[in-house]
Amino acid sequence: MSDDDFTRLVEAEQRVEPRDWMPDGYRRTLIRQIAQHAHSEIIGMQPEANWISRAPSLRRKAILLAKVQDEAGHGLYLYAATETLGADRADLTQKLVEGRQKYSSIFNYPTLNFADVGVIGWLVDGAAICNQVPLCRTSYGPYARAMIRICKEESFHQRQGYELLMTMMRGTDEQRRMVQDSVNRWWWPSLMMFGPSDAESSNTAQSMAWRIKRHTNDELRQKFVDMSVPQAEALGVTLPDPSLRWNPERGHHDFGEIDWDEFWRVVNGDGPCNRQRVEHRRKAHEDGAWVREAATAYAAKSASVEEVA
Amino acid sequence: MSFDNAYDAITDASDDKHWAFGTGFDDPLSGVDRAVPAGVSTADLTAYCLMLADDALVLSQRLTEWCSRAPELEEDVALANIALDLLGQARLLLTRAGEVEGRGRDEDALAYLRDEHEFRNVRLVEIDCGPGPGGDFAVTIARLLVFSTWRLAVFERLVASKDPVLAAIAAKGVKELAYHRDHAAQWTLRLAGGTEFSRERMVAGMARVWPLYDELFTTHEVERSLPDVAVPPSDVRAEVDEVLDQVFTAAALDRPDVAPMSAVAGKSGRDGVHTEAMGFLLAEMQHLARSLPGAKW
Amino acid sequence: MTRSSWPLYEVFVRSKRGLNHVHVGSLHAPDPEMALRNARDLYTRRNEGVSIWVVPAASITASSPDEKDPFFAPAGDKVYRHPTFYAIPEDVPHL
Repeated sequence: MSDDDFTRLVEAEQRVEPRDWMPDGYRRTLIRQIAQHAHSEIIGMQPEANWISRAPSLRRKAILLAKVQDEAGHGLYLYAATETLGADRADLTQKLVEGRQKYSSIFNYPTLNFADVGVIGWLVDGAAICNQVPLCRTSYGPYARAMIRICKEESFHQRQGYELLMTMMRGTDEQRRMVQDSVNRWWWPSLMMFGPSDAESSNTAQSMAWRIKRHTNDELRQKFVDMSVPQAEALGVTLPDPSLRWNPERGHHDFGEIDWDEFWRVVNGDGPCNRQRVEHRRKAHEDGAWVREAATAYAAKSASVEEVA
Repeated sequence: MSFDNAYDAITDASDDKHWAFGTGFDDPLSGVDRAVPAGVSTADLTAYCLMLADDALVLSQRLTEWCSRAPELEEDVALANIALDLLGQARLLLTRAGEVEGRGRDEDALAYLRDEHEFRNVRLVEIDCGPGPGGDFAVTIARLLVFSTWRLAVFERLVASKDPVLAAIAAKGVKELAYHRDHAAQWTLRLAGGTEFSRERMVAGMARVWPLYDELFTTHEVERSLPDVAVPPSDVRAEVDEVLDQVFTAAALDRPDVAPMSAVAGKSGRDGVHTEAMGFLLAEMQHLARSLPGAKW
Repeated sequence: MTRSSWPLYEVFVRSKRGLNHVHVGSLHAPDPEMALRNARDLYTRRNEGVSIWVVPAASITASSPDEKDPFFAPAGDKVYRHPTFYAIPEDVPHL
């Protein structure tokens, strides 16, 4: 396949499969994007796992544990997709723990009360779904298939979050205070999840042409705001943005300016939890090295015993 | 359904069993008679359900500590599955305890509002076996092997309990526990037969949990007073010994030569007398639920 | 730090009798036995009654691009995994 064939294939909305010829830039961009996505799932386990031991009912504990477990599964599906492109999971993990590859900045914020579990489901997973649903049609087959599976499971994540918040809003004053406090802390970081504004985003045009990305950052962000406003009203919480109002001319909600200074500080490693998250992952990976080595050694011994027998 | 398209075939859109709540999920206890069998003391049956429930609840709490910390991502998923199974067993058993007791306590009241001395789990499940400073992956595997072998042997007999609810819970649990035992046994073989270092860890792991082995087989008066309902754990000792010896032989491990941990004034986990670790475990588990009395979650 | 990365296995699942085994994805495991167990945990969440094959990825000889692979419904009794388990009022949009 030539460069032109590849372009025709992608423009015809056909899927690119692992053994197809592809431009080096396409392969590199995909590995970077899917790896970041995989890292986000794995790092994203930490803020929620923070509350498993303290979940205030056994039903919530089971739900939260199942959810965090799903995230490990999603990370695995995505790492598997990178491996069809010739990447190596151990190598990607190494890059993550050495801070050479990024993950979604949202997970660099702390979870401070139990409502955060609900708000992460509602807003963070909601924003992730906005980003991810279009990726079910992304041009690279293994990535698109992983996303189909992930999106189906994520819809459970978002609903459980919203349902927890509804329960808490119907509860005591202290529970309502927790929910509003949590929304106040997570709303702006959720908007930041869509990345820099289109004017500042360097990779968008090429990724759109390759059908790796399907919508621009600002389009997706607007869609998320428009979806979230009525959900917040139904819940009875206030979104912390005085500029937020419906604009009948645009047919969309106007909203305030993101604090881009904070955005870039968190992206560049100085968020509240960046060091903690990477260190947690590094420690788990390094503490597990002897276990992985033991299993490898055992497999090698068993294989040689079988050969002799 | 199209056989040409693997995706359609496997998702099988005409089959709504995977989706709608209430249509086709297996409720393990549906149709089971929930009346307390004639001649059975409700106080003893409540206490027995709590013993079995607390073992599962506390070990589940410990296993979730591995979440996001396992040696490999695949193992993170596996340990979470085991913790979810045990949590599921605990919830069914706590619900049964509350219903037999008849004082209106549900699973959460029993899990979150009892104090340490009211917890009736064996001490084996409450100690820190890692990832905290009290252990590592090998200690965790050693405990899981011993615990799941023991509990499986108990549950295999409990299937014939005169209490139909306990029998149904056991029937569901047997499949889960067989999987947990297998998982632990597979890892015991790999750690014992892997590297020199992993073998040392596995030997040390077994030695760490072994002092709490004998307690598992001490039949409590509650168990004695529920003939044909409860399984006296002394009955399963020979079988558990034999299964573990098989694993030890396959892994070329010696049965640890460590003395049992003493009870306190003759009392241990089943009597509500625990190790120092238990208070911290409960403080963490219960603090939020207790700090907002009456709140629904 | 020594790198000890486990080999890659491709996973095929038959979700019920009468269907073929279908490729669902891949995973890493030290050996085939653990691969089978990990596959059961990861790709079926331990749903009973399914049949799983694991094949070392290195053993596959391929002629052409892969075909579509399936998603697999999670285990039957874990109802909290299913979106419809949560009662959300119908007038809440887009959830």
